[in-house]
Amino acid sequence: MLNAGDINVKLGGTTILQGVDFHARPGELTSIVGPNGSGKTTLLRAMTGEVPFTGEVELNDRNIRSMKPHELAAIRGVLPQATALAFPFTVIEVVRLGLEAGISAGRETLPAMALERVGLAGYEGRFYQDLSGGEKQRVQLARVLAQIWEPVLDGAPRWLFLDEPVSALDIGHQLTVMQLARDYADAGGGVVAVMHDLNLTAMFSDRVTLMTGGQVAASGSAEAVLRDDHLSRAYGVSVHTSVPPPLGGIYILPQAATSPGLKS
Amino acid sequence: MVALPQTSPIAEAPSGDRQGRARQIRALLLLGLGLAALLSLGWGAADDTRVIGAILSGFGLETGVPVRDTIIVWDIRMPRMLTGVVVGASLAVSGVLLQGLFRNPLADPGLVGVSAGAGFGAVMAIVLGGLLPLALQARLGLSLVPVAAFLGGWASTLVLYRIATRHGRTSVATMLLAGIALAALTGALTGLVVYYATDDQLRDLTFWGMGSLAGASWSKLLAAGPIMVLALLASPFLARGLNGLALGEAAAMHLGFDVQRVKNFAILSVAASVGAAVAITGGIGFVGIVVPHLLRLIQGPDHRSLLPNAALLGAIVLLLADLVSRVVIAPAELPIGIVTAMLGGPFFLWILLRNRNLVEV
Repeated sequence: MLNAGDINVKLGGTTILQGVDFHARPGELTSIVGPNGSGKTTLLRAMTGEVPFTGEVELNDRNIRSMKPHELAAIRGVLPQATALAFPFTVIEVVRLGLEAGISAGRETLPAMALERVGLAGYEGRFYQDLSGGEKQRVQLARVLAQIWEPVLDGAPRWLFLDEPVSALDIGHQLTVMQLARDYADAGGGVVAVMHDLNLTAMFSDRVTLMTGGQVAASGSAEAVLRDDHLSRAYGVSVHTSVPPPLGGIYILPQAATSPGLKS
Repeated sequence: MVALPQTSPIAEAPSGDRQGRARQIRALLLLGLGLAALLSLGWGAADDTRVIGAILSGFGLETGVPVRDTIIVWDIRMPRMLTGVVVGASLAVSGVLLQGLFRNPLADPGLVGVSAGAGFGAVMAIVLGGLLPLALQARLGLSLVPVAAFLGGWASTLVLYRIATRHGRTSVATMLLAGIALAALTGALTGLVVYYATDDQLRDLTFWGMGSLAGASWSKLLAAGPIMVLALLASPFLARGLNGLALGEAAAMHLGFDVQRVKNFAILSVAASVGAAVAITGGIGFVGIVVPHLLRLIQGPDHRSLLPNAALLGAIVLLLADLVSRVVIAPAELPIGIVTAMLGGPFFLWILLRNRNLVEV
C-alpha cells in the first residue's frame, strides 16, 4: 500500500498542496489528473521525497522518512518528467545506471531487455543527447524498469512512480508505455502516474485522483471520477464523456464554446 | 542551470560498451607514466645510464656511480618527479570531481574558491610574512607560503560550503555563484596586498602565481603528499554516486545514492588536495579541465574508469610539462603554469573547434 496523509507543501511562501490524502494499492494503476498548476506533479514529488512536505507517507507499511535512499530505491522507481544528462553517456550506459541500487535478477541481460520493452532495441550504442525527446523519455523509463524489474520481490510489491510518462510520445508509443505500466500493475506491482491525457487515463487506470487548486477534488474508480460534472468544474471547459460501442471504455471530449467542427 | 556547449565523443561501438576501451587506455597510461617518470629522472646533466645506476645505488647497491649523481637523482629529481605525479593526478581528479558535482564539463578548482583562497593566503604570506614575530618566522621558514596557501584554500571552501548549505542540503548552483563572488573578493584583497608589495616581493608573487615544481623537496612532499594521496585513494568510492548525479540530484537519490554524502566527500576531497597542491607548486591551470575532457572524448564519462585514468593522465601531463619547462630555456626554467597554459589553451580550442558541428547547445 501507498498511504499519504495530510500532505502540505509550501514553496517560496505559496501553498501548493493543502491537506491532500492519497492512497494507491499494489496491482492497480492509480492516476493523478487535474489542470496545469493543480499540484499533480508536486504531490508525486512530495510522495517521492523530492520536495519538503508536512504529513506522512507510508510505502509498504513503512514511513518513507525512516527509510534510507538505498532501501527506497530497492522498492521504488521514479520516472521524472524530463532529464537533462550532464555528460555524453550512451543509451546502454544510462540504462545500466538503473542497476546501481536496484535489486534485480539477471542483471547482465536486464538493460537490453528493458530497452526492448520500451521499443528501443538496437539503440544501445547511440548517444543519449542525440535522441529525440520521446526517445529520451523511453530510455529513462527503461532505466527505471531495470531498477525495479520484478513487480513483486520477496513477496513485497514494488512501485513505479511516473510523472507524465507519455507527454512527449506519439500515439503508438503512448499505448506501448501505458500498456507497460498496466502490465506492471497486473503482475502485482503498484503504479502511480501523473497524467494529462484523460482518454489514456480512462483506458488504463483502475483509480483516479482529480486535483484542483492544490486539493483533491475527487478520488475513486476511473468511472466515478471521470464524469462530465467533475471534469467540467475542474478544467473550466465543457466536457462530454460517453462510452462509444467499439471501445468499451469511457471517451472524453472537451468542447470549445465555438468549435466549427463540432455540433452538439 | 545554463546549458553549456558539450562535445560529443569520437566514434562508438554499437554495443555502447566502453569499459573495454577504458581498460586498454589505462594500460597505455600506466606505460606512459613509467616512461614519463624515467624521462623526468633522467633528463639533464647526468646522463641516462648513470641515472639508472644512481637509482639503484639509492637502494644500497654498489654501482660505481659518482655520489654527486646519486644525490642529484635522489634528492632533487626524485621528489620533483613524485611531486609532479601526485600534484598532476590531484589536479586532474579534482577537476573530474568538481565537474561531476556541478554537472558541468567546464568546472574547475577555480570555481569553488580553492585556488583564489589559496592564492590569497600565499600573497599574504609573501608580502606580510615579514610582519610576523621573528621566532615564528624562523620556525615556519620556507613552509610559510605553502601553509598559508593551504589554510586560505581551506577557509574559502568552508565559507562557501556554509553559505550554500541550508537544512543539511548543499545547493550546487548557490555554491557556484558564491564561488564567483568570493573569488572576486579575494582577488580584490589580493590586489590590495600586492599594491603594497616591494619589487622583490612582486617577483616572488609573479613566479608563485605561475606555478613551478622547482621548489619540490622531500620535506614538502612528505608534508603535503599524504593529503593528496589520501584524497586520490578515496576518489573511486565517489565514482558511482557521480554517475548517478549526472542524471540530476533527484534521480540520483531515487537510484539509492546518499546525494548529500557524495557532495560532502567530493568537496572535502577537492579542498584538501587542491589546497595541498597549490601550496607546494603554486597555481597550475588547465590540467583540471583538459585532462578530464580529453578522456571523456575517448573513453566516455563513466566515472569508475574516468577517475583512475584522469589521475594517470594528469600525472603524465604534469611530468611532461615540467620537462618542457626545464628544457626550453635551460639552464634556466620556465614556470610550469606557462607551459600548461601554452599547450593546454590551443589544445582545448582545437578540441572544441573539431567537435563544433557536434556541439549541443
